[in-house]
Amino acid sequence: MKHRSPSEQHHGKQPRVGVPTAAASASPQSDMEDKPTFTPRELTQNPLKKIWMPNKHGLPEKHISHRMVCMTNCPTLIVTVGLPARGKTYISKKLTRYLNWIGVPTREFNVGQYRREFLKIYKSFEFFRPDNEEGLKIRRQCASAALNDVRQYLTEEGGQVAVFDATNTTRERRDTILEFAEQNGFKAFFVESVCEDPEVIQENIVQVKLGSPDYTNCNTEEAVEDFMKRIKCYENSYETLDEVLDRDLSFIKIMDVGQRYLVNRVLDHIQSRIVYYLMNIHITPRSIYLCRHGESELNVKGRIGGDSGLTPRGKEFAKKLNQFIQTQNISELKVWTSQMKRTIQTAEALNVPYEQWKVLNEIDAGVCEEMMYEEIQGNYPLEFALRDQDKYRYRYPKGESYEDLVQRLEPVIMELERQENVLVICHQAVMRCLLAYFLDKTAEELPYLKCPLHTVLKLTPVAYGCKVESISLNVEAVNTHREKPENVDIHRTTEDALQTVPAHF
Amino acid sequence: MLRFQRPHASVPQFTNSPTVIVMVGLPARGKTYISKKLTRYLNWIGVTTKVFNVGQYRREATQSYNSYEFFKPDNLEAMKIRNACVNTALKDVCDYLNRDRGQVAVLDATNTTPDRREVILNFGKENGYKVFFVESICDDPEIIAENIKQVKLTSPDYVGCDKEEALADFLKRIECYQMTYVPLDDNKDRRLSYIKIFNVGSRYLVNRVQDHIQSRIVYYLMNIHVTPRSIYLSRHGESELNLVGRIGGDSGLSQRGAKFASALGTYMRGQCISDLKVWTSHMKRTIQTAEALGVQYEQWKALNEIDAGVCEEMTYEEIQEHYPEEFALRDQDKYRYRYPKGESYEDLVQRLEPVIMELERQENVLVICHQAVMRCLLAYFLDKSAIELPYLKCPLHTVLKLTPVAYGCKVESVFLNIEAVNTHRDRPENVDVDRDPEEALETVPEHI
Repeated sequence: MKHRSPSEQHHGKQPRVGVPTAAASASPQSDMEDKPTFTPRELTQNPLKKIWMPNKHGLPEKHISHRMVCMTNCPTLIVTVGLPARGKTYISKKLTRYLNWIGVPTREFNVGQYRREFLKIYKSFEFFRPDNEEGLKIRRQCASAALNDVRQYLTEEGGQVAVFDATNTTRERRDTILEFAEQNGFKAFFVESVCEDPEVIQENIVQVKLGSPDYTNCNTEEAVEDFMKRIKCYENSYETLDEVLDRDLSFIKIMDVGQRYLVNRVLDHIQSRIVYYLMNIHITPRSIYLCRHGESELNVKGRIGGDSGLTPRGKEFAKKLNQFIQTQNISELKVWTSQMKRTIQTAEALNVPYEQWKVLNEIDAGVCEEMMYEEIQGNYPLEFALRDQDKYRYRYPKGESYEDLVQRLEPVIMELERQENVLVICHQAVMRCLLAYFLDKTAEELPYLKCPLHTVLKLTPVAYGCKVESISLNVEAVNTHREKPENVDIHRTTEDALQTVPAHF
Repeated sequence: MLRFQRPHASVPQFTNSPTVIVMVGLPARGKTYISKKLTRYLNWIGVTTKVFNVGQYRREATQSYNSYEFFKPDNLEAMKIRNACVNTALKDVCDYLNRDRGQVAVLDATNTTPDRREVILNFGKENGYKVFFVESICDDPEIIAENIKQVKLTSPDYVGCDKEEALADFLKRIECYQMTYVPLDDNKDRRLSYIKIFNVGSRYLVNRVQDHIQSRIVYYLMNIHVTPRSIYLSRHGESELNLVGRIGGDSGLSQRGAKFASALGTYMRGQCISDLKVWTSHMKRTIQTAEALGVQYEQWKALNEIDAGVCEEMTYEEIQEHYPEEFALRDQDKYRYRYPKGESYEDLVQRLEPVIMELERQENVLVICHQAVMRCLLAYFLDKSAIELPYLKCPLHTVLKLTPVAYGCKVESVFLNIEAVNTHRDRPENVDVDRDPEEALETVPEHI
């Protein structure tokens, strides 16, 4: 097996290289081949995430490599390419949101932003004229400043992926970026958006350009006219990524908003995931409805998990949900549920075909399944405190964490991206994860997002984000939302622990 | 309980219209390799798929192969036969998708002319099938030569031929097609759904992906490669719970298990692999095993053993005692049976799909996992059905070395000479819910 360089993380003893050295570590297994018996190294289970890790001198080793997403050692620099109003920023933001959600620290760097901060006031398209020396200088400086921040993010701030959002329409500019990437040990992956459909471009301009800070003091006609002239400034020098000239680069070329893709030299896992994601998203207008099952028998008893049926109020909600959906007049609505009785019962009231997904099942609370919070505190006070300390990463013994949930929900998100109008009837923790994806919430916020029973969230993509409408269907239900208590210390009193438990029977 | 009433798979299948995948490309471009591999993958994830190789039909229609002359574009007699073969194949596709409830049919032929493709498109339209083209374009003479060597020279067409002769004939055969080959056109074929694979995957052109299954197919095709490598599958060393005949749990290695871990280290070192990746589950016993190797390893939660729900840490005798009906149901359909509050093999396959995808991307990998998990992975590589899968033999302390070769996978089974309990329970004769306990426990392996 390959010898690991000293800078890489080791687990357990030193890897063998040729002849074993006498001055090995103090561990008993330093010379495995000679010893007929091997004593496995002690493992301890990290109390929060329940991950088994080897310990050294009684202390857990850090940096266990466990697979969430394959963390390539090289950070990745995604570079957008394309004329203005081709969806580069839309793609940058969406991709960044997705990567962060699946656990890959990602940030976007929009050069236009840097330009706005530098210039303060945008006058007209003349700034972008290819013969405007002053303009060119400033634009180059902005690009450099952005790349500097990229370097800092990827090397010092723990970033894994940086998205460099700019036109990057000339080979010269792209070569500069490639050099930068090479010097810093980043992998470069280009994402080009090519579109000649005037309707799409027009819609683009209307949705995001007219509202841009550049055009706050213009009327619509003026803004559109100026922006069209701006595009023209780039057109003459635009060098699209070429199958032949750029055959050694890693890139995806997206043509006509996803009708066609050219994919070249995907180097690693993360690039493969990025390509898959980009090939599944679309911009057809649609809405996604998220809601929980109707109130369940265990809900009213204040018990978590389990597989109970709906209460009468829960059934009332299901009926109201049916009425609500009718009023929405949705063409071709898909309905998804989990494989738990309470979501299926809810869907049954809609009298339409629905699909069951096992991965939409509620978070597995392991040994705490069907317990009340009071019982968890009584039986597992340490666990209860650890959960409050880091609710996102905390894994129930023999159960799951929110972090695990996100992993398991990724195919749902991917399919939601592919689909159009969908109603997802799921569960509290599951809904929080899905909502966090659409609303770009952090791992800290996610487990505390409010997803009350009997409330439908209607999500509609708009501009660079998502509009949310919260619709309560006016059927009473228990509150199942437990806020983070003030005291999360493992030695806290029972009252402190149960401070925020919602009322129940 | 709904679990009995509505046997849903863990993930919706998303195939409404059946799909016909149509291969396109000159001979020796990997069409059959891709067809077989893709079919294996789709079947494994639960999408019923079958390959229809027109060359097979031709071999059946012509008794014996004479020479490349059969494929000359001006050989009208042969052309008649070849067209008839395509039609027979298409008829069989119909039977498969309509009558036999197949979801995907892969039409493996050159399909190198627009006319031929038009015929197939019309066929698809008439029958309400979605059509998706997979074209393989390769101009690297080394790859083509390797291809010919690996699979053509040993084809039934060239049985008893001298290698040089076979090669010369085959090259002339390719030439016959080259004259009339029109690749899928960016402009003329812009309404079609297809993926073009250039030079074994350095570049892809993807056009109009229509639905979920096509999207998954594209993703899969973009992740596979042909670089030679080996995949090593092994279970953890014997565990404490293994010794006492208990399933599941999260126990540590027994003494013999620890010995195995050490032997595994020795064996792997003897394999002299550059850049070996080692993967384990999140369970103590696989991690302890990996620890003995002294190299970096990655933990995957997805590799955890099947969750036996309420039966976790029970012996089979206890399961029979407490849940005799469940025990019988499991024997009736071990693949689809889900433990109460646990999982089924079917669920396991869904959970393991990202592992398979990453295994396809990787090169040399050692996966240290568990019995049910290993059965699922093995079934993927060896194309085992859902019936066979749960009974595949994956004994402790035995490494399976899988090496892709030609259209399949070579398996070497290496027992590392350290005794361990047998954990394999065969399907008993009587699977009826009313059976006696003795009948139920007939095939339980020995334990302490």
